[in-house]
Amino acid sequence: MSIRITIDGHEVIAQHGDRLVDVAADNGVYIPTLCYQRGKPCLGTCRACSVRVNGNVMAACTVPVSDGMEVEVNEPEVADMRKALVELLFAEGNHNCPSCEKSGRCELQAVGYEVGMMVSRFPYRFPVRERETAPEKLWLERDRCIFCQRCVEFVRDKETGRKIFSIDHRGTHASIEVDVALANKMPDEQVREAAELCPVGCIIEKGLGYNDPIGRRKFEIKSIRERALKRKHK
Amino acid sequence: MQLKIQTILDRYGADKTRLMDILWDVQRSDGFISEEATEALAEGLNMSACDIHETASFYHFYFTQPPGKHKIFLADTVIARAKGYEQLRETLERVCGCAFGNVDDSGTFGLYDTNCIGLSDQEPAMMVDDIVFTNLTPEKVERIIAGLKAGKSAETIAGVDRLDPAKIEYVEALVEDNIQNEGPVFFRADRDYPTLLENALEMLPDEIIEEVTNSGLRGRGGAGFPTGLKWRLGRDAEGEEKYIICNADEGEPGTFKDRVLLTRSPGDVLLGMIIAAWGIGSRQGIIYLRAEYWYLKAYLEQQIEDFRKHGLLGNNILGKNFDFDIRIQMGAGAYICGDETALIESCEGKRGTPRVKPPYPIQQGYLGMPTSVNNVETFAAVSRIIAKSADWFNALGTDESTGTRLLSVSGDCERPGIYEIEWGVSLNKVLRMVGAVDPMAVQISGPSGECVSAIQDGERLFCYSDLSCNGSLMIFNRHRDLLDIVENFMRFFVDESCGICVPCRAGGVDLYQKIRLIRAGRGSEKDLADIRSWGTLMHATSRCGLGTTAAKPLLTTLDKFPELYEKLLVTPEGPLLPSFDLKAALQAHEQAYQDLVQEKQS
Ligand SMILES: Cc1cc2nc3c(=O)[nH]c(=O)nc-3n(C[C@H](O)[C@H](O)[C@H](O)COP(=O)(O)O)c2cc1C
Ligand code: SF4
Ligand code: SF4
Repeated sequence: MSIRITIDGHEVIAQHGDRLVDVAADNGVYIPTLCYQRGKPCLGTCRACSVRVNGNVMAACTVPVSDGMEVEVNEPEVADMRKALVELLFAEGNHNCPSCEKSGRCELQAVGYEVGMMVSRFPYRFPVRERETAPEKLWLERDRCIFCQRCVEFVRDKETGRKIFSIDHRGTHASIEVDVALANKMPDEQVREAAELCPVGCIIEKGLGYNDPIGRRKFEIKSIRERALKRKHK
Repeated sequence: MQLKIQTILDRYGADKTRLMDILWDVQRSDGFISEEATEALAEGLNMSACDIHETASFYHFYFTQPPGKHKIFLADTVIARAKGYEQLRETLERVCGCAFGNVDDSGTFGLYDTNCIGLSDQEPAMMVDDIVFTNLTPEKVERIIAGLKAGKSAETIAGVDRLDPAKIEYVEALVEDNIQNEGPVFFRADRDYPTLLENALEMLPDEIIEEVTNSGLRGRGGAGFPTGLKWRLGRDAEGEEKYIICNADEGEPGTFKDRVLLTRSPGDVLLGMIIAAWGIGSRQGIIYLRAEYWYLKAYLEQQIEDFRKHGLLGNNILGKNFDFDIRIQMGAGAYICGDETALIESCEGKRGTPRVKPPYPIQQGYLGMPTSVNNVETFAAVSRIIAKSADWFNALGTDESTGTRLLSVSGDCERPGIYEIEWGVSLNKVLRMVGAVDPMAVQISGPSGECVSAIQDGERLFCYSDLSCNGSLMIFNRHRDLLDIVENFMRFFVDESCGICVPCRAGGVDLYQKIRLIRAGRGSEKDLADIRSWGTLMHATSRCGLGTTAAKPLLTTLDKFPELYEKLLVTPEGPLLPSFDLKAALQAHEQAYQDLVQEKQS
């Protein structure tokens, strides 16, 4: 069913029940996401897509649009909340971009640029989280994990359908884990997919480091914003 | 091992949605959930070991390392802290021979912290194995530990070893009810459940829902959602099965009214659930009981069994061609499992992480089917509404907040315990009723609620549009250090955050650090501004009610008692914030430099 909503005052036509974050992108309005990927189930963990819907702040990936919705994306207060959430992630882990294998391909870094972050307003925590190097083809640089849950929800052992990645403990003690035996069974292709799926430099493929030269890295060729909006010109 | 695990798995048809029960059975058989057991479970359930561990490690009461022969959990609450908690902690460490968070060398005692265990009216309190000990003193603690050392069980020491855990005498011997007044709705003696249910089933399901709607009853779990409306949505929702869940997680610090309802009026709760099932069209109900109430489990199972015997549960109830049964799901220590969607995840054997909404449980809940989750008190109230009438209930309370509600009162008052109040009474009246002593602040609805001033807010009313209390009421007198209490509450939220969303997981820690900073005399105006702004961020962007309310201890005390903060603030001299320790920072640099020099030399 066709409906009308407004985004930052502009009227937009959409299908009832579509995800707000997609509707916005289709209409040229970029809303940053770190856990959400178009076409996949919503994870709702990073909250970086927070916007105002009829006056209430909501994560745009969780909102099915309905007729008459009034959405504010670039209103300064809510835009600053998105920025604050990204800053919170930078302060919570150790994100030394210049020395990170994922630099230039990292969604957190790219979103950091998009929200105009210069430095985190939150105290840097410099956590010490032991890295996991046991699997043969990949390793986990745990202090970069943002607990988006992508790997936990979307990577499965091909043969048994079992989970390969998981998160132990809860809250501030949460820790990303991997089932080593199952990880060792992952075909190379799947390892690469998992490393790419990870929005940050936590799941890293062994033997593959700084492969693309600066200037030709993923988000340098095409920004995360452009990638999110590309469907507009379909 | 293999055989033992197989027996446990068979008990639950190797159904991985029953992982909570499976893990409990493993732990109760082996003392903890070993790596070996985890591997065996993984094979039997076609899961990976890390998947099992993900659930096991989420809950406070599951152990993946040997936890000590006797597990001792001392409740660390603000009420206990006002009544000698520190001294008990020291005593336990001394007599058990280990620090909290550890097991003593002989492997006999494991000492653990835990949050509120639903006994605020008789604290300090602790759990030893399945038994609770209340009104603790250092002498009592020494006696208990001496008994354990002498080889006695916790049951024997508590004097309940000869009592039947399925009988109320057992429960009564362990904890007090402290029902302090007689109200119109709850704790009515001698209710004739067969007749009551017979009368209820005379009504059509739609009539039941209409009656509940007309009563104006709103959910007593905290959110205050109209119960009739929820059930109407449940009745209209499509689903092969529909489920009724009684939320007995009661994790909000300071509440214990659900414990007392389940002890004194379990039949009211069961009857309410059966009526809900009839109304919505459900065949299966679950009571999600927090593990802290393990001592109620056998008793409640007996109540359910008695209902079955009378034909009030089971197949073809009262010859009405109506099937409905109830099982108990034990939790395992997680406040977040009080949130209805986290609770459902837990019932499905998973980590207690709140779901993304929509869909709401009433559309897609337990096992993807329409599910009505209601609070213990909500069900008990329904059993009375259907027996008496919507009009009768409606006449109680105020126009928008009908009926009565139970308060769990604790803290600085002469008569802590359970009170039934009609909505619409003032805070002052309640304070007088409970014999509040020199009150300064009242914490309404626990840490997730608001801290009000006994002076300024005395004339405010208990009702959904003002003090919409979830049942927890803690009173603090003039001698209490309110900011210490705030710090404890902030730590509570850090402990209990599930951690799946960023604002709550990360922001909660920052706010906790802020109150510590201020209390250490190193905070400035800037820190208060940060608290307000970061608190607003958490409130606006968190995924569930835990994160949206976690800043409230700070925000509401800052609002009501700003002077407590201001007197601790320091004014920065020069460009550095007082929170920045220049000396320490320089020292760290010097240390790093020396380390490098040494490394180079060696
Ligand atoms: C963090 C959190 C903890 C909660 N704890 C409880 C609880 O212990 N008991 C309860 O009945 N509801 C609790 N709730 C509310 C439930 O999510 C749900 O709204 C309630 O059980 C619905 O029942 P009602 O409509 O009868 O109130 C909690 C909510 C949150 C967000
Ligand atoms: S490892 Fe990467 S994909 Fe997995 S939860 Fe952490 S950040 Fe997300
Ligand atoms: S707000 Fe806190 S408890 Fe709720 S989902 Fe987010 S991290 Fe979990």
